[in-house]
Parts: sequence; structure tokens; C-alpha cells
Amino acid sequence: MTDSKSSRLVSAARSELQAAGSITHDPTRRAMLGRTAAAAAGGVAALAGGRAAAATVPVPASNLALGRALPETEYGMPSKYEAHVKRRRTDVLVNRQNFSDWSMTPLHQQHGTLTPNGLIYERHHSGVPDIDPQQHRFAIHGMVRKPLLFTMDDLMKYPSVTRFHFMECSGNGLTDWLKASSKTVQQTHGLLSCAQWTGVPVSTLLDEAGVRPEATWALAEGADGAAHARSIPMTKLLEDAMIVYASNGEMLRPENGYPLRLFIPGWEGNVSIKWLRRIKLGDKPWHLRSETARYTDPMPDGKWRQFSFAMEAKSVITSPSGGMNVRPGEIEILGFAWSGLGKIRTVDVTLDGGRTWREATLEEPVLDKCLTRFRLRWKWDGTPATIASRAIDSTGYVQPTVEEIRKVRAITGFVQHHNGVFPWSINAAGEVKNAIA
Amino acid sequence: MQSPKFLWLALAAGFVLAGCAATKSTAGGSPAQARGQAVSEADLLAWNIDVRTPDGLGLPPGSGSVAAGKAVFDAKCASCHGAAAAGGPVFGSMVGGIGSFKTDRRVLTPGSMYPYAPVLFDYVRRAMPMNAPQSLSNDEAYAVTGYVLQLNGLVAADAVMTAASLTAVQMPNRNGFMVDDRPDTAATRCMSQCTPIAGK
Repeated sequence: MTDSKSSRLVSAARSELQAAGSITHDPTRRAMLGRTAAAAAGGVAALAGGRAAAATVPVPASNLALGRALPETEYGMPSKYEAHVKRRRTDVLVNRQNFSDWSMTPLHQQHGTLTPNGLIYERHHSGVPDIDPQQHRFAIHGMVRKPLLFTMDDLMKYPSVTRFHFMECSGNGLTDWLKASSKTVQQTHGLLSCAQWTGVPVSTLLDEAGVRPEATWALAEGADGAAHARSIPMTKLLEDAMIVYASNGEMLRPENGYPLRLFIPGWEGNVSIKWLRRIKLGDKPWHLRSETARYTDPMPDGKWRQFSFAMEAKSVITSPSGGMNVRPGEIEILGFAWSGLGKIRTVDVTLDGGRTWREATLEEPVLDKCLTRFRLRWKWDGTPATIASRAIDSTGYVQPTVEEIRKVRAITGFVQHHNGVFPWSINAAGEVKNAIA
Repeated sequence: MQSPKFLWLALAAGFVLAGCAATKSTAGGSPAQARGQAVSEADLLAWNIDVRTPDGLGLPPGSGSVAAGKAVFDAKCASCHGAAAAGGPVFGSMVGGIGSFKTDRRVLTPGSMYPYAPVLFDYVRRAMPMNAPQSLSNDEAYAVTGYVLQLNGLVAADAVMTAASLTAVQMPNRNGFMVDDRPDTAATRCMSQCTPIAGK
């Protein structure tokens, strides 16, 4: 930048600042602007209420008033008009305490593929701990040549990696296999979120500690009151697991593991241990409560499937979805598809309860183990319809129907890994309802 | 008074823009610097609470009787789990359910579900009581584990739990698990004349 250019910039900016100063410091003028804005707002309300002649479009009140001043410091929040967009606890399996509990992402109110940090679903086993990052320590020990201890400062000095991945609880859809218990897609599918995760590859830190050749499994454990822990195969840890300290560009939220969590792409959320305090290497799995009595899948003949980590391909229509109302005419069907085993290759949509299917359009970007948007334009003629989506991933796996799943698994109690095709019905009045059964 | 500050801001903005244009210049090539600090297993003793439950590796020294376990349970657990673990104001029953898995209604309790008795010790020690986790002594954890097992008919009323006796308890669901064998469905991409999906 040349001297003359920069001095021009400076003088332009200075005069702008002085002009702004003269407004903000003139109380008379500010009051006048306020009155004008109020009058204009009244006019808009009158028009909207009457739903009458759109002869002239009034100048919005916001054009006629000085906006809110910039506070000296601030963490920006959504508009007050978006206050209804919130995580919600389940309204079906209501717990008598809210420490080992969960809350769900409003998928029908999410735009794009990334879930804002404040809306990422939660599953805690003993509430949310308050951890001072200066005090937090992370250890790698067990079957390593050199046990290591890290501070957060240490970890944040490694070259970081950033990846987009979804995260889904194995219990997502738990209440809606055999009967339509939930009304909205937030309740049926909201144990699902997607974020940009930033941290360090686990392999980097394991290499530094020196993995002994006999190590085949690792225990990851949290610094929460549950000391939640899982056994994880070394192959996956070395393949693509991350030690994560940030999501969507900022440090993790407390409820999502602040200051440090494990992130295991494509696998059930509970193995991505939050508030991570250690990884211990061993040569066998530990068979802890959270991998025997919980997070196991009922199978025929009284059996339970264990270490069912991967989240197989799945999709759901988010609009129109349960609780919405539609009118005959053009409808833009929107939804999400995802697979813990690769990219989404295709999404098909049925508008007649599964008799015929047509291919939906995938919205870019289509990323590995990441939420993918699909859309399909439909002209609804007003006759009752059942709509659903079906995902196919890059391995060729086709999302099954619940009927197909029932042939091979037991559907009873706390069923996990519900990746069945999920239908919504639309009645003649345009009301959209859960039609799983 | 504003001008010097403003000049500084303008210059700073120029630097930021220049930084964007320069892209990633020096990163890459140099290996990650080792940052971990050496630590000994002895230093990590207080953290090292996990039990490998099939063979009890990691169970600490100590012991606790069923009778002592009842006292611990009544004092520290019953307010949530109910007397004799029959279910309380916060959590359901931890007793029974053995034999229920082949019925339509599987009842999950430590007795019916855990394949190895040390699972219960590990969980009690790491997470219970919920309002004061890791507050029980090892003897108390052995004792209360023994009491819950006794309520499920899996150890005698006069049993004393130690690392050895707990690992030796035979749990009814020991062989109840199978390892993930998915994909287990073989759906195909039907586009027309397909079987309608169940539901409304």
C-alpha cells in the first residue's frame, strides 16, 4: 500500500468516524429517529394485519432507525426471533433425573450441513463438568514405550487437522421402531449433528508415545463424574481418530467435551469420549458397563450384539416432517443423508409409501462421513401420501427398511442403530405425521 | 485524539489482508515436535481405575462382605435406587430379569445383563454414587458390589468379595454377546413396483 493511498484511507475513515460520532452524541436527533421508526413500524403492522392492497411496500422500520450500537465486547447470539430454535430433551422417554440424559438437535431448523455449536445434541452420563483448561491433563499410557502427559497448551501446539464429520448417537430413533412415539424429526432423529472438528490426529500422539506391537485395543476415559469409558480397536484409532479441542471454529462447548474430547469419525457418538483424560493401550477389550449393559443391540434368541461401532447409511426427510403443515402445489422436499462408512452416493425419495422411488438431487459438498443435503421438487395434488428417503453410500450399502432390519435383529427394548427408512404421512388436510407404524 | 489510534488500526488491517494473501507458507515439511512430558505409571495410579472385566485385571486389593454392602447401599444408594435395589425415585430396579431375554420384554439389570461380575465393581468405583463419584473406598465398592450380586441370587448372603472371588462369580449372561457382524441387511435399490414400506 502506497503512502498516499493509506493516508486517503485514513482520512476517509476519520471523517466517517466523526460523522458517526455526531449522530450518537446528539440526543435530540436520536430521539427524533426513534419516533420516526415507531411510526413506520405502526404502518407495517396495519398493512400486515389487513392483508390488503399491496399497493405500496412500506419502507421497513429498520431503515428509519439507528440500529443497536456495538458493545465493546460481545459473543453474538441469534436473533430474538429465532429463540424457538433449541435443543430439546426427549418427550417420550422422560428421565427422572437430567444428569444421565440427552437433548436433541432441531434438524428441521438447521440450514446447510453444519450444526451450530449451541445446537449439537447432548448425551451425558453424569452431567456436564466444569473443567479449567489450565488444570486439564491428558495421558497416554499402558502398552506404550513411553507414557506421556499433555497439557492443553502442549496439545494445541501440534499442527492441527480440521475435518467435517457428522456425529450420531447409537440410540437415535430409539423410541420409534414399532410405534410412532415422536411427533417431530427433532425427536425421531435429533441425536445427530455435524460439525467442523479441529484437533490432532490420535496417531501423532500415539507415535510419540510409541505403541508396543501387542497393543490392539485402547481404553478412552473422560474426566466427568461418570468417568465414561469405552474400549476402542487400535486400528480405528490409528486410521482416522482425532483428539479434538474445537468445533466450528471455537473451543468446544462444555457440553461437548471442553476442553478436550476424542472424535471417532463415523462411529456411534458415545465412543468419542468427552472431557478426555486418558487413553490406555491394552491387548484386549475391557468389556465395561457401557459396552455390555449399554450400547449393545438386542438380537434374536436373547443375544446382544457388542462393539457395533459404525453408524450405517441413513437418511431422513426434514421438510416436510412431523408437525408441519403443507398445502397442495409445489413442495421442496429436503433432508439429510449420512454414512459412517463413506460418502453418500445416492438418495432416493418415495412419494407413494415405497412403491416407486425417484432420485433426489444431492447438494454439494458431499463429504466422507458427513451430513449431506438432498432435495426433490414435488407437486403435491392434495391426496394423502406417505413420503420417505433411502440413502446409498459409497460402499454400495442400501439403507434398509425396518421390515428388512426386523428379519435379522430383535426389535425390543432399547434398540440401537435404527437406520431404517423413515416415513412421514401427509393427510388430506396437509398435516405431516410420523408414519413409522 | 482519534487519529493515531486510527492510523494504527488501518495498518493492522493491512497486515491482516497481507497475511491472507500469503497463504500457508512455512507449514509442512517439519515433523510434529514432541510435546508430551514423560510420566510414570506410578504417577498415574489415581487415574488408573479401569478393570478388564473378563479376567479382573486391575481389581485393587481389598474386600467387602454382603452384610457390609447392605449398610453402604442403604446409606448411599437406596435414596435413588430404592431399598434392596428394587427401584427408587430416580432409577428402576437392579434386581431380577434373569431369563427374560428370550421373552418379548427383556429386563436389564446387573444380574441379568453383565457378562462378568467385575463390570459392576468397575462401574460403581468410577461413577457411583452419582452425587459423589469415586468417593467409596475399595472395600466399600467390593461390599456394595457383593450386596447387589446377592440380591440377584448370584452370591451367598455370607459371601465376601475380593479380586479373586468377584472374578470367579459366574454371571448368567456370560455367553450372551456376539461381536458386530454387520452389514446384516441386504436391501437393494428398487425403483418401481417395490414392496411398500410398513407403516401408515
